[in-house]
Amino acid sequence: MTGPRNEEEHEELRRERRALTIGAVQALILTCAAFAIPATGLLTGLAALAGIALLGVLQIAVHFRWFLHLDLRRSHRHDLQLVLFTVLIVTLMVGGSIWILFDLHDRMM
Amino acid sequence: MTASAHTRADERAHIGLTQREGEGPDPDEAAPIIFGFWVFLMADLVLFAVLFSVYAAMVNGGQGTAPGPADLFDLKIPFVETLILLASSLACGKASLALKWRHDRGRLLAWMGLTFLLGAGFLVLELRDFIQLATEKNAPPQASGWLSSYWLLLGTHGLHVAAGMIWLAVIAAQVVLWGLVHEVKLRIMRFALFWHMLDIVWIAIITVVYLFGVQS
Repeated sequence: MTGPRNEEEHEELRRERRALTIGAVQALILTCAAFAIPATGLLTGLAALAGIALLGVLQIAVHFRWFLHLDLRRSHRHDLQLVLFTVLIVTLMVGGSIWILFDLHDRMM
Repeated sequence: MTASAHTRADERAHIGLTQREGEGPDPDEAAPIIFGFWVFLMADLVLFAVLFSVYAAMVNGGQGTAPGPADLFDLKIPFVETLILLASSLACGKASLALKWRHDRGRLLAWMGLTFLLGAGFLVLELRDFIQLATEKNAPPQASGWLSSYWLLLGTHGLHVAAGMIWLAVIAAQVVLWGLVHEVKLRIMRFALFWHMLDIVWIAIITVVYLFGVQS
């Protein structure tokens, strides 16, 4: 017995294949766009850094959505809360460390 | 039957691909195991986040007189590495689909093998880069604070990839020896999460280390 057994499963398989393709294509486009910024020199200075950061965040979102299948469904609230709590912890730890260390760096100058 | 299948598709018990009804492991049975693995993944992500903050602190004012990002980085290799990891993620996704929809182990093992080989390709490129840095380019970890944090961050990611490959090889052996029993299916499902998560860490490395490095 192989493959989908009924119409529902056909639809499910089609959706899951589509998710993988969408994810791969979007990730590829975002990667190429991010590398294009320093390669072409179209953007410079702060605009370039902001563009790279935005593309990176977008690609991370794409990976979470299409490869890890994280979404906003009601039945996934526990998992979503876990991820959001991690984002909070990461923001506090990274933001706090960088703030303190940069402040220290300025005072040492 | 149709109605319950419909409910299942709309309200899965856990994130990610659930196995098909009647073929198990049942989504409700898998849910706590998959959720537990997500907790591990998020803890691992916090570890990487802290390494990133060390990196950010060191890249500003930790470089001393040693070579810096602008001297050392050539974006060609990181670009190829990114494409390889992306392809590996795609192969891993294909393996997950093969696990769910196909009952021939050959196809599943072929996708797992491709995932493994692409992971190996990435590691070879990364090792080559490390060796060049330590020898020709005079940029070993001890040369500056920035280089220490660079080696630590990239090395931790590389070790994760290597560990993932060992894990994948062990699971592949279990597929061959034991077949697609529930425990093995659950391991493949967790491996897929791990592998996709490593890709996310790599995207952050590409952005913060390489692209920011050559841009600023």
